[in-house]
Amino acid sequence: MQAYLTLIRRELGAHFYSWTGYVVIACVVFLLGFSFNALIVALNSEPTDRPVTEVFFSSYYFWLIILIAAPIITMRSFAHEKNSGTFETLMTAPVSDLQVVLAKFTGAMVFYVLMWLPLLACLLIIRYYSAAGMQLDPETVATAFLGIILLGCLYTSLGCLASALTKSQIIAAIVSIAAGIALLVVSFIAMTFSTQSGFTSQLFTHLGLIDHMKDFARGIVDTRPLVLYLSLTALFLFLTHKAVESRRWK
Amino acid sequence: MGDALMIQVENLTKRYAGHTAVTDVSFNVRRGEIVGLLGPNGAGKSTIMRILSCYMPASSGTVRVADHDVFTEADEVRRRIGYMPENNPLHRDMRVREYLKFRGALKGLPRRRCRERVETVIQQCGLADVHRKIVGHLSKGYQQRVGLADALIHEPELIILDEPTIGLDPNQIRAVRQLIKDLGQKHTVLISTHILPEVEMTCTRVLILHKGQILAADTTENLQAIMSDRGQVVAEIAAPFSELKICWEQMQEIEHFDLAPSDGEWVRCGLTGQPGVDLRPLIFTTVCERGWQMRELTRSRHSLEDIFVRVTHPEKEEES
Repeated sequence: MQAYLTLIRRELGAHFYSWTGYVVIACVVFLLGFSFNALIVALNSEPTDRPVTEVFFSSYYFWLIILIAAPIITMRSFAHEKNSGTFETLMTAPVSDLQVVLAKFTGAMVFYVLMWLPLLACLLIIRYYSAAGMQLDPETVATAFLGIILLGCLYTSLGCLASALTKSQIIAAIVSIAAGIALLVVSFIAMTFSTQSGFTSQLFTHLGLIDHMKDFARGIVDTRPLVLYLSLTALFLFLTHKAVESRRWK
Repeated sequence: MGDALMIQVENLTKRYAGHTAVTDVSFNVRRGEIVGLLGPNGAGKSTIMRILSCYMPASSGTVRVADHDVFTEADEVRRRIGYMPENNPLHRDMRVREYLKFRGALKGLPRRRCRERVETVIQQCGLADVHRKIVGHLSKGYQQRVGLADALIHEPELIILDEPTIGLDPNQIRAVRQLIKDLGQKHTVLISTHILPEVEMTCTRVLILHKGQILAADTTENLQAIMSDRGQVVAEIAAPFSELKICWEQMQEIEHFDLAPSDGEWVRCGLTGQPGVDLRPLIFTTVCERGWQMRELTRSRHSLEDIFVRVTHPEKEEES
């Protein structure tokens, strides 16, 4: 347990020792600003009864943040250690492979959540300046954040896997961005199926990340995407563990 | 039996995809020894060290450290080992003290103990001047000491150092060697190197490794003794060339000789005796009897270098 916590601290620290952490946060705040601006414009132009969070997440800036930030956060996790050789000192310390994988993932997730905190400020501003009874109750915000975190789990675990497979941070980032975009594209395919029934349409609807996120932003917690995200995260972490272990049977 | 032995390696083989790095290697290291793994690049030194430090398992054979198997009891073994890999990888973005603290905590030292140990190793490795600096900004010599400090922080029974002096300047090398020697008083040390004087100076025992096999294993003195037995004696004598030649030809104890004229009337004779014969008194008496003059008589002591070259290039001799 001590080793696990130490590693998480190290992972988090690594983001702030170098520029990357600050740059990522700055970029996220910048894109959030765009979303916020779009939201204000939307709210000013016509009255809506949709929850504010839903309007917010229907913008594509949100997806841009997820698609780019998660790979940038995770790209260094294993690739950098392998490249600089510190992987060897890490793996010969009395820690298990699983501890290392989980610590890297947790560290990335903590940073990911930190990165999203400015969003809360945006929402608070709206709440402060809007008329009473705006569609912004704490429960909806909580489910929206649950959605963000679940998506984050999925994308950071994917990023960890990509990072564990290569020595180069750039390759890790590119692979995880590509895989992330592929995952997102599935939801566009799902949209074309939305009127049809049958197996393929159901399959794609279950994998439609954009629709899931809309639900979360609306304040609906559906267990199906919950199970999907958690199980995919578990799968990617399992594969990461195997990739880390692969030095033993290579 | 395992108590006196720190490392037991039996029939260790390691195959990578396509080639075999280490073939059927067996050796033991007793507690308190400083053992040098000597071999040219690619001989399998790093592979053996990686297996010992539980970084990767062997393809076959058993390896035990302090009577714990490196495969089944990896955690126990890792606690007992301080390992510094080749090229000494460090987190270059951290500060020295911070890095050592991190490594100590990672190796499971309780907080207070960790703080004490960090102080101790900073003193021990001469890092007091730089403990606040960022590791990446330090000179190579200091970085090497940080690596050593990391290997020492949890007071391991066995210290494994893979090429600890590579890339250092002569003064730094001397300092690191002295540090290793000091370590040998409390810990068992296994170092790998392809620099021969290093082994001669620091190690009590040498394992010479070539193409994944151990070719020679003995104390440094013994290896030298074996070799000097067949050593060459060099004598510079002032005498007519032809007389000298006849004289050495008649002497039965001499197996082989060559003569080379030096300045003036001096002749330089390289004489190789039969095994087990010390030629020096014989030469002296001969020279005295004949009334020649002599200005040099030495036995060329074989350094590890000769042993090394001889052991690692046997095929050359066979070919010629």
